[in-house]
Amino acid sequence: MDRSELERLREARRRWEQGTLRDALARQGERAERFSTVSHLEIGRLYGPEDVASLDPARDLGQPGEYPFTRGIHATMYRGRLWTMRMFAGYGAAEDTNARFRYLLAQGQTGLSVAFDMPTLMGYDSDHPRALGEVGREGVAVDTVEDMDILLRDLPLDRATTSMTINAPANVLLAMYAVVAESRGVPLGAVGGTTQTDMLKEFIAQKEWIVPPRPSMKLIQDLLVYCTREVPRWNTISISGYHIREAGATAVQELAFTLADGIAYVEAGREAGLDVDAFAPRLSFFFDVHNDFFEEIAKLRAARRMWARIMRDRFGARDPRSWVLRTHAQTAGVSLTAQQPTNNVVRTALQALAAVLGGCQSLHTNSMDETYALPTEDAVTVALRTQQIIAHESGVTNTVDPLGGAYFVEALTDRIEAEAEAYIRTIDEMGGMLVAIERGYPMREIAEASYRYQQQLERRETVVVGVNAFAQEEAASIPTLAIDPEVERRQVERVRRARAQRDAAAARAALDALRRTTESGGNTMPAVVAAVRARVTLGEICDVFRGVYGEYREAAVL
Amino acid sequence: MAEPKVRILVAKPGLDGHDRGAKVVARALRDAGYEIIYTGLHQTPEMVAAAALQEDVDAIGLSILSGAHNVLLPRIVELLRAQGTADVKVFCGGIIPDADIPALQAAGIAAVFTPGTSLERIVTWVRENVRPRGVAA
Repeated sequence: MDRSELERLREARRRWEQGTLRDALARQGERAERFSTVSHLEIGRLYGPEDVASLDPARDLGQPGEYPFTRGIHATMYRGRLWTMRMFAGYGAAEDTNARFRYLLAQGQTGLSVAFDMPTLMGYDSDHPRALGEVGREGVAVDTVEDMDILLRDLPLDRATTSMTINAPANVLLAMYAVVAESRGVPLGAVGGTTQTDMLKEFIAQKEWIVPPRPSMKLIQDLLVYCTREVPRWNTISISGYHIREAGATAVQELAFTLADGIAYVEAGREAGLDVDAFAPRLSFFFDVHNDFFEEIAKLRAARRMWARIMRDRFGARDPRSWVLRTHAQTAGVSLTAQQPTNNVVRTALQALAAVLGGCQSLHTNSMDETYALPTEDAVTVALRTQQIIAHESGVTNTVDPLGGAYFVEALTDRIEAEAEAYIRTIDEMGGMLVAIERGYPMREIAEASYRYQQQLERRETVVVGVNAFAQEEAASIPTLAIDPEVERRQVERVRRARAQRDAAAARAALDALRRTTESGGNTMPAVVAAVRARVTLGEICDVFRGVYGEYREAAVL
Repeated sequence: MAEPKVRILVAKPGLDGHDRGAKVVARALRDAGYEIIYTGLHQTPEMVAAAALQEDVDAIGLSILSGAHNVLLPRIVELLRAQGTADVKVFCGGIIPDADIPALQAAGIAAVFTPGTSLERIVTWVRENVRPRGVAA
């Protein structure tokens, strides 16, 4: 845009402000002094071409499927193929979750996503004292390769890919998955799927860990190197902003900390001797999609552009697949309310629409009952149908990036990018994300933002329908899913039986070999796979890591 | 004599790492003038009871979102009784279905705060229900 054109536009805006707008404001003021996103970013009254005057469409937007991918990672986006409808599910024993998966596939879901229970996430077997009361409660219990086999029984692993939300013990679950796939005739080289493997965000936000940050990064390097050589179709790390956001971060913090985590993983892969283009195409992302519609769309667009630039310019990646930010999205669990729970269907629908307009590759929609418990079959069906209605009825999938070029969306995309870049610079100056975590920096930033938000709620500066406004006296009652306490007793028996019935000498030898490899600093993945084949349990393998590296204890920060 | 400051232990039993609620409540109580000791994550019932004794607290606020509340919370109350600190008031919050609340109250949990509870309500409850222990009336 040339200078005179810009001046003409600014003059037109001034004329409007001093005429029509001033008169309108004189008749009736606005509803608030300040309008802002849910993340407290101030939003202007009106955006016009003069607000995006520095935007160079060729440089900053590009074409869909081309650098810097602002408009989407595929040339045809949802005209070619819809996003993967991937509902995160897991509860009880492997049989229970397998039944839920088969139900979801029958209802038209197109990908699988496994939620593991807390003991599994922390690397404890179901009969560990710390697992008491937790088995199968917030996800499925998996102790042995037999549990994995049951979990995946009769699922079309060739058509629906499986994503596993597993981090500290990711190496173990990957090994279990690969061993089960192999037993069904799928060679390692053809095994596809995803482990989350993102320990940095665990230390920042989700807080399910086993060993301290540095050895955690070493185990991730082992997985990266192993998969690059042996399981080339595996998506090694799903770099996740979701948990960071749910812990109370703003949209900008979520974006910045997630990309900074991604930078740390790329550096770790290179440090392990891998060429950036050998492993970067298998990195993927996972973002939260919160209430503020345009903020979320802008965040996803900014994320793609920033990652493309980071990978090409900072890391010198040459393969365009390394530049691409592929992302899963999940609607914001934290936005759901226990009060008037059916309203959550509407919140989730709006968030899902933002995820689609933001160009996600796969999507989970939360169920209305999730502030009470894991979702019932009926609730999860409505959540899946929400995606299907957006996909097939709303018409938003008919064109690529329908909001591209909108003055407000582009201005907000630029703004979020600039603020996230400032955070990434701060983290770079500290020496990278690992150092920042050791100093508690992202945790403190999130705790501040979270407390600020809660105070906004208390002062009713932020309205939550049904909670601090439009509340109803009578409590709504919806059915919830109860986990039978018998699940824990049976799972405890099952893991004990598995230990008793295996070849004890082979299991002991595999564990010894794993310990020696871990102590020597070699790649642990082959030894983990061998241990899984020898029917060693998840807890036993993680005990080796605990023994060699020590257990992580967080310095509690308020 | 100045009124002794009420000391509250904020603890996270269970294996879940969802500490947003615990931290926000801890800060709100601190801002309301209470002395707050935060245990950090992944505490066993034994660790919580030991911390309560060692820190000589007047109340314990437990935050749990792992679904293990029916097992872990009554166990904490039992341990408090066993070590002679039954007069420590215990309250809790988290993902706790309504159906589980009566049993938790019967087990000795003085108050259960479910999602959407305002900080103001929690602070008011503490003000009305928690007194310094062992102070002669």
